[in-house]
Amino acid sequence: MPTPTKGPRLGGSPAHERLMLANLATSLFEHGRITTTETKAKRLRPLAEKLVTFAKRGDLHARRQVMTTIRDKDVVHTLFAEIGPRYENRPGGYTRITKVGPRKGDNAPMAVIELVEALTVGQQAVGEAERARGTQFASGAGASAASGEVTADAVETAEDTVAEDTVAEDVAADDVAEEAAAEDVEAPAADADADAEGTDAR
Amino acid sequence: MAVPKRKMSRANTRSRRSMWKASAPTLSPCPNRACGELKPPHQACPTCGQYDGRQVLSV
Repeated sequence: MPTPTKGPRLGGSPAHERLMLANLATSLFEHGRITTTETKAKRLRPLAEKLVTFAKRGDLHARRQVMTTIRDKDVVHTLFAEIGPRYENRPGGYTRITKVGPRKGDNAPMAVIELVEALTVGQQAVGEAERARGTQFASGAGASAASGEVTADAVETAEDTVAEDTVAEDVAADDVAEEAAAEDVEAPAADADADAEGTDAR
Repeated sequence: MAVPKRKMSRANTRSRRSMWKASAPTLSPCPNRACGELKPPHQACPTCGQYDGRQVLSV
């Protein structure tokens, strides 16, 4: 269960907060990635992940429960038809928050919250191996930690020591390099090298 | 209503204001080899738009 939120509601009243979070979740599932303030992104993450978990279950009851939050049937259909099955093998950690500097106008710290990619076969294998070995990466976000999702996890699990993170990154360095090579069309080799060395150096 | 009895001297005003200081922001070099610019830590690089080897912002 996510930690209950402390402090004032977003927008002033509980009803306003519910509406804002519902709209944010709808936009997130519609577009896959949205730019919003850091605070809203942090509040949205637990809600969005709960909805994805409903989508993974996929039955009528789950769909009706999602419909209570997301009122748009098209978006709920995309969620259940595409987003849920994509995360079949991923044990949580479906969203990634990246901070992107303050906004012009009111200097509010902004962040990009996005749905992460599906696990690749390699990442899945690493996750299973870690679980079989019963290492510290196995429990909870094991598969995602081993798959280079250290950004998301670092925010989520604050109790993770730096040492663990570096080990996870070392394990994932190869995966990250491969991904970068696949994604970056311009300078694949150079970027991949840079990524690998960058992660090693940290 | 309570009001100041004396005009505040320029020296007093200025010595109070001498404590207003801006602090330098913490910056770290961008890990992207092609960029290397200074950027705030734990943030996507405002110059190249990458974070953790991933393109986050369109630049």
